[in-house]
Amino acid sequence: MSHLPLLSIVTFLPLVGVLFIVLTRGDEAAAARNARWVALITTIADLAVALYIWSRFDGSTAAFQFVEKLDWLGVGIFYHMGVDGISVLFLVLTAGLMPFCILASWDSIKTRVPEYMIAFLILETLMMGVFTALDLILFYVFFEGGLIPMFLIIGVWGGARRVYASFKFFLYTLLGSVLMLLAILWMYLFAGTTDIDTLIHTAHFPVEMQGFLWFAFLASFAVKMPMWPVHTWLPDAHVEAPTAGSVILAAILLKMGGYGFLRFSLPMFASASHTYAPVIFALSIMAIIYTSFVALAQEDVKKLIAYSSVAHMGFVTMGIFTLTHQGIEGGIYQMLSHGVVSGALFLCVGVIYDRMHTREIAAYGGLVARMPIYAACFMVFTLANVGLPGTGGFVGEFLTMLGAFRVNTWVAILSATGAILSAAYMLYLYWRVIFGKLVKPSLMAIQDLTLREFAILAPLVIITILMGVYPKPIFDVTHASVANLVKQAQGSSPVYANHPPPAHGTTALALLPREARR
Amino acid sequence: MTALTSDLYTLLPELILAVGAMALLLVGAVRGEGSSKLISILSVLLIAASAYVSMVGPDATAFHGAFVVDAFVRFTKAVILWSSAACVLLAQRFFEDEKKSRFEIPILIVLATCGMSLMVSASNFIALYMALELQSLALFVLAAIDRDSLRSTEAGLKYFVLGALSSGMMLYGITLIYGFTGTTDFLAIAGIVKASGVSLGLTFGLVFLIAGLAFKISAVPFHMWTPDVYEGAPTPITAYFATAAKVAAFALILRAILTPFMGAIHQWQQIIVFLSVLSMALGAFAAIGQTNIKRLMAYSSIGHMGYALLGLAAGTPLGVRGMLFYLAFYALTNLGVFACIQAMRRDGEAVEGIADLAGLARTRPAMAFALAAMMLSLSGLPPLAGILAKAYVFLAAIQAHLYFVAIFGVLTSVVGAYYYLRIVKVMYFDDPAPAFDRDIGWSVGIIATVATLFSLFFVVNAGTLISAAGTAAQVFFK
Repeated sequence: MSHLPLLSIVTFLPLVGVLFIVLTRGDEAAAARNARWVALITTIADLAVALYIWSRFDGSTAAFQFVEKLDWLGVGIFYHMGVDGISVLFLVLTAGLMPFCILASWDSIKTRVPEYMIAFLILETLMMGVFTALDLILFYVFFEGGLIPMFLIIGVWGGARRVYASFKFFLYTLLGSVLMLLAILWMYLFAGTTDIDTLIHTAHFPVEMQGFLWFAFLASFAVKMPMWPVHTWLPDAHVEAPTAGSVILAAILLKMGGYGFLRFSLPMFASASHTYAPVIFALSIMAIIYTSFVALAQEDVKKLIAYSSVAHMGFVTMGIFTLTHQGIEGGIYQMLSHGVVSGALFLCVGVIYDRMHTREIAAYGGLVARMPIYAACFMVFTLANVGLPGTGGFVGEFLTMLGAFRVNTWVAILSATGAILSAAYMLYLYWRVIFGKLVKPSLMAIQDLTLREFAILAPLVIITILMGVYPKPIFDVTHASVANLVKQAQGSSPVYANHPPPAHGTTALALLPREARR
Repeated sequence: MTALTSDLYTLLPELILAVGAMALLLVGAVRGEGSSKLISILSVLLIAASAYVSMVGPDATAFHGAFVVDAFVRFTKAVILWSSAACVLLAQRFFEDEKKSRFEIPILIVLATCGMSLMVSASNFIALYMALELQSLALFVLAAIDRDSLRSTEAGLKYFVLGALSSGMMLYGITLIYGFTGTTDFLAIAGIVKASGVSLGLTFGLVFLIAGLAFKISAVPFHMWTPDVYEGAPTPITAYFATAAKVAAFALILRAILTPFMGAIHQWQQIIVFLSVLSMALGAFAAIGQTNIKRLMAYSSIGHMGYALLGLAAGTPLGVRGMLFYLAFYALTNLGVFACIQAMRRDGEAVEGIADLAGLARTRPAMAFALAAMMLSLSGLPPLAGILAKAYVFLAAIQAHLYFVAIFGVLTSVVGAYYYLRIVKVMYFDDPAPAFDRDIGWSVGIIATVATLFSLFFVVNAGTLISAAGTAAQVFFK
């Protein structure tokens, strides 16, 4: 293993870019150009480091890898970094989407470009930190810190109601998180350390304490996720945020909630997770069905996709709290594929928004006639969002439902209706925007994708399809860690005793037919 | 060495300040008004000398236990003295800009600082009261120093009347305590409380004492004077009230409650919790509607006093540590904020409206960034310094089983985040107002920069300050 502190490098590399942008002088146009290039180069370099970490990652063990541990705040609080099969892919997802975000903002952001790029680079550092931190306090610092740049991104470069949306986003999320902070402090007092690795393996919180801690963490992650009924900040934030901001929100910030459940709630509060899983199921089903109907009624493209995100996150929470191997692995897969797909969908919206400066669905129609390449890309992402087999969306959705089947048939059946509803609202959207007659005079001169836009969307199309047909590289990484997690999460519940996690070395997909029946 | 010389040697930091202030007064009287710059610089040197001497001095007690020096004293004195020095520098620049330079201003600050220094060390109610009055008298004059301004005079008068009232209440409490224990010495009282419990009369004395002290730290419901005085007093004087004076009053409250009344924690814990909860709530809600930034900082400081009191309410080493750490963070950040407020000058006139900050991110990006960082730090957002300060206080509250108070505290901090964010919003989202004057002075710039760097990077290496606060806190729990 390399002796370089790779995780610190991948986390803090964007700050080097910030330094460059701050230090360069020049007139406004030169500063803007310079900032764009520095941001792009930095994010690509960061992606290269992240990919290198992925390539060196050993998928056969559930232990934390690339570990760095230094003293930080005195007794029991460390600067501890490390990744396992659950977090390493989120690292890659974050690093992977950042260059696209920078490229998507290339022309559409015209004012205060250096500040914009600085905000994004700082945001990248904080997001990377969330997935690499192995200390609760360190995690909290990164987790909450991300609010500040996002607040500025929405508030400075957002749409008409940006101030309202940015405050709502900020205060909502903060409210959830402060309760988690108290829980973290309580855990520190109980266990004497905030080291995640130690806490998972040695701390056994009493059952009644677990209940409180579990709900405190839920308060934070449910808002971040977001779960019904605390999702209302998301549509506002999405609608007002600039395109790249929406991408980051949907693709990565939402995943922090799910990641938090996997990293903390399941292994540390296993008994509470088991006890309160029905609560999560109920909320997930509400999210899947209710927000799908809400999505169906939307007039605004971004709002529709935002509500669809809430519904998809419902699948994730449902899958995670089945506490089964399939459900959890499906939840992770769903998060990763949704990260790519929803990010891509927002990029698609950005493409037409840059041309027409409206997000009203009614303002479009018949785009296929003028923009065939765009229509094709948009179609792939639409179908992936629906969960069509052959796209990334299918694998995750299917596995989560499978996991649900093993636990509760009704949950699985109800969630399956969400899959149908998602087809309804996505295809309805696609039909209204892309098909029909091109009659609106304003659309007559609309241009198809530019080379830059094509360069953004084409790789995402490929990744979406690859994730649908060849999920093995991802399951190879997650398998051991998920198996270990299932063991920890089920340690206290006799219900699962006769359903041991699948044997090591086989992917969850291979086990589907045999394990599906209960 | 005789007892007297050894006592005086222990008192050296305060002697430097007191004798130095007299000498400077002579210099000022001889050289006239033109000497205010020289006297400011000499005052800073005096304070620095006093800070150095108090840092290197050993633990000691003097004057039959009325005056003590220990790790706690060293910690709080460091915060108080360096804040005072910064305020002298701010004041020098401010009054020069206002063309109201007077050589008495730095000297009054030095005298008040001398009082604060004595307050921190006082371990006897008589010594405590004398020190407090020395401080208060200088502060009353400072609040009204801009004597042609109606607001400043009003602030001075209000501060004086309410300050006198609170001193009276405290004195009444002290007499009750003396009447029921027969001594004014902290350690002797502690022995009596331990041996024979707390009588009803003693409890009454304690309540009056706490009420009087609560005035000084502007805890709700004794906070009424704060917004008016903060708004009316000249900006660097407000900074002085908000930083050094608050820290000194807190140090006083800590020693005056913890040393003699540690055995009576059940009597005072509820009162402190009550003060803390009310302060947190009022600080958060009342600040929302403010339009003047100094008034907003007044409510913000009321809220922060609530959080710091939470540490005292816990009554544990962890709590005192959290509180000391909180005060250090609070003092340094507030200095930076007030330096920024002082830099809000347009065409030679000081402005104080929040609306005047509009679009500052485009007209003065560095200042906007500094102010934003400090505001967000005050609101307790990671990765800035404030989150650790809050976390350590809440940690103590949870350890002392004050769960609901802690939950209440974090919830009010979310409300509080709103008004800090509003400042950021005004600076970053709104269209620019006319730019501020460019020349802000090196001292203002340095203080704001240091405070900003502290807010930004403190989280990287917080261990040192935390362990220093921990050592200081141990003093009360031997």
